[in-house]
Amino acid sequence: MRTPRLSSLAGAAALCLLATTACSGGEGGGGGADDRMHVWMYQDSLVVVQEGAVDRFNEASETEAVIDQVPGDNYEERLRTAMGSSEQPDVFFNWGAGSIEPYVEQDMLHPLDDLLAEDPELAEAFIPSILESGKVDGVQYGIPLRGTQPVMIFYNNAVFEDVGVEPPETWEDILDLIDAFTEEDVIPFALAGGDPWTEQMWLQYLVDRIGGPEVFARIHGGDSEGWRDPAVLEAAEMVQDLVDRGAFGDAYASVKYTEGGASTLLSEGRAAMHLMGSWEYSTHLDQAREFAENDLGYVEFPAIPGGTGDPANVVGNPTNYFSVTAESEHVEAALEFLKYTSQEEYVADMVENGEVPTTANAEEAVADSPNPEFAVFQYEMVRDAPHFQLSWDQALPPNVATPMVTEIESLFNGQITPEQFVDALAAL
Amino acid sequence: MTSGTSSPVTGGAARSGPATGGTGTGGAGVGAPAGGPRGRSARATGPRTGRPSAVWAVPGLLYFGIFAALPMVLVAYLSLTSWGGLGSPEFIGLQNWTRLVNDPLMHRAIWLSLLLTVLTWAVQTPISLLLGVWAAGPQRNRAVLSALFFLPLLLSSAAIAIIWRALLDPNFGPLAWLGPVLGLPTVNLLGGSNSAFLVIVFVSSWQFIPLHMLLYQGGARQIPASLYQAAEIDGAGRLRAFWHITLPQLRHTITTSSVLMVVGALTYFETVLILTNGGPGTDTTIVPFLMYRAGFRSWELGYASAVAFTLVVVATLVALLLVRFTGFGSMRSTKEGL
Repeated sequence: MRTPRLSSLAGAAALCLLATTACSGGEGGGGGADDRMHVWMYQDSLVVVQEGAVDRFNEASETEAVIDQVPGDNYEERLRTAMGSSEQPDVFFNWGAGSIEPYVEQDMLHPLDDLLAEDPELAEAFIPSILESGKVDGVQYGIPLRGTQPVMIFYNNAVFEDVGVEPPETWEDILDLIDAFTEEDVIPFALAGGDPWTEQMWLQYLVDRIGGPEVFARIHGGDSEGWRDPAVLEAAEMVQDLVDRGAFGDAYASVKYTEGGASTLLSEGRAAMHLMGSWEYSTHLDQAREFAENDLGYVEFPAIPGGTGDPANVVGNPTNYFSVTAESEHVEAALEFLKYTSQEEYVADMVENGEVPTTANAEEAVADSPNPEFAVFQYEMVRDAPHFQLSWDQALPPNVATPMVTEIESLFNGQITPEQFVDALAAL
Repeated sequence: MTSGTSSPVTGGAARSGPATGGTGTGGAGVGAPAGGPRGRSARATGPRTGRPSAVWAVPGLLYFGIFAALPMVLVAYLSLTSWGGLGSPEFIGLQNWTRLVNDPLMHRAIWLSLLLTVLTWAVQTPISLLLGVWAAGPQRNRAVLSALFFLPLLLSSAAIAIIWRALLDPNFGPLAWLGPVLGLPTVNLLGGSNSAFLVIVFVSSWQFIPLHMLLYQGGARQIPASLYQAAEIDGAGRLRAFWHITLPQLRHTITTSSVLMVVGALTYFETVLILTNGGPGTDTTIVPFLMYRAGFRSWELGYASAVAFTLVVVATLVALLLVRFTGFGSMRSTKEGL
């Protein structure tokens, strides 16, 4: 009995050893299998612009760059997982500021101050306030790569004509329009409550119009008591009032933005208005071209009576940024690649795809846009804004942003009162 | 784990017989090439069906060790740290655990998970039991209908969740047209607290009843026809035959199916992620989703590990209790007297 048992033990031990060595061998081999420079992009229809830049870069450079398109739904999860492993991208798409802060804290990003100092032309190529959002603690870590994405009210002109009303200019107009449209069985505002970041846009504008950008700046600075600012409570009460008035219909909680649920309501005329980022225009151009060209209107979010915030302030995403990882084998090439985002061809590609570039010379460039009127409107809106508030969930660290977004959803669903909303956020 | 508990039901009774006649040396020789002539002779004379040695378990143990036990140990360690997925975990003692005990979201998630488990069992068991027993019979068209019932099992969970999302769309789904006809003003199933939860119960049932139907079909086919013939002679009707023969004979199948359902419901995740995203608010945030949310949205992997560890312990305990209290472990024959 004894011998076979011993030998079986030995066999097991040998297999164990074999397995562990095989395992560690695999881990070591995974990292540097490919010496191309990997550029991670959020997957959407606009990546063609970056692909053009990569093509031009590859012609001029010895390093070969390649774009890895990552599906948008969980881009940030994948990025963070990759950043925590040995498979880091060399250059990657991000939202600047808060979205890259965790990486900066771990010294994982290459500072770009030297690049801008050596190449003043690059530094001057972008609108300064936009470049500012690519900084963390005063150090530049991101270079703008996309067009600007302010949030505004889109509306369906045909529906407005049918009901015989005018687009809103004041908050009073908005409240009147809600009544006018609900009477006609039209949903006043399309809202994708299944994706609470769309509800967040409402709260961002309301808080900014009522109390100015200082309210969120305090919260962003890490003081959660900042949520107790009267402006937040007032904004939350206005949200509750809008919901009670039927501003969003009664099935918004089941609607997802990513499935086109809210945008289709607008283009089919079942909803009259939609508060959304400027990409909504490209979405309609792609999904409902006729509507986008004939009936899609847009206005800025109006002032709130008694509010102290500047009505010219804008919320949304200033733009997206490219950052370079510190441990990349291609840091030099990556820095060279970043310069391609300010080139004339790159800007022309952006304009051609309906984007409004954040380069300082964009004003002339947007004349070539497929819809110059919309492009100029957007450009002036951003240029003249005293403050451009980055989306809250991008500005705050994820362990605060995640529960915050859930509380916003609960507020819109009427599951909590405005007072409970404020208490819940202050407790984060 | 689930496959491990289910296999004895089908193979256990048959295996226990020959094992008593086998010799330990014969089995060990098969697995030990170094055994030399002694092993060979043992193999030549001894029965080939002898009990295999421990070496045979090595591949399974390795697999289990590397992909289940080792990660469990790591998760237990991570639950004592603060880690955002970048850099090194920082040891913080029991902070995550005290937070877990006091987290109202966790209390809610446990309650919702238990509710989901009970509802899943209560809905799926009767339906799949009846369907399975029916499918075991000799009726006409049975094969065709069984194949149709089986279809949902062929779809991936993600596909099922996406399909149901589209079907339940309040503005563009078929329910949006059917709703007014049926007298429902608006269809907001995924946006209502209770309705969203019931949708999860319904979709999971739609998805998994075919699997359990298959289990019951197999179980019902194994019941000897002579039992029914005897009952018929004694004057028992179909209902009584079902109650006094079919149900008791399916006892072990019921246990297997229940363990699968309970463990499945406790670890149910992808449908919640895609269909409701834990919402509206946190009304469908069951424990596995809470774990995902804490880990991969808030990037509090230490806390997520504490949630995960709790989930594994609870699911294991529940499965063990189920096995114990239903007499599944003692494996008594259900065909006494035959």
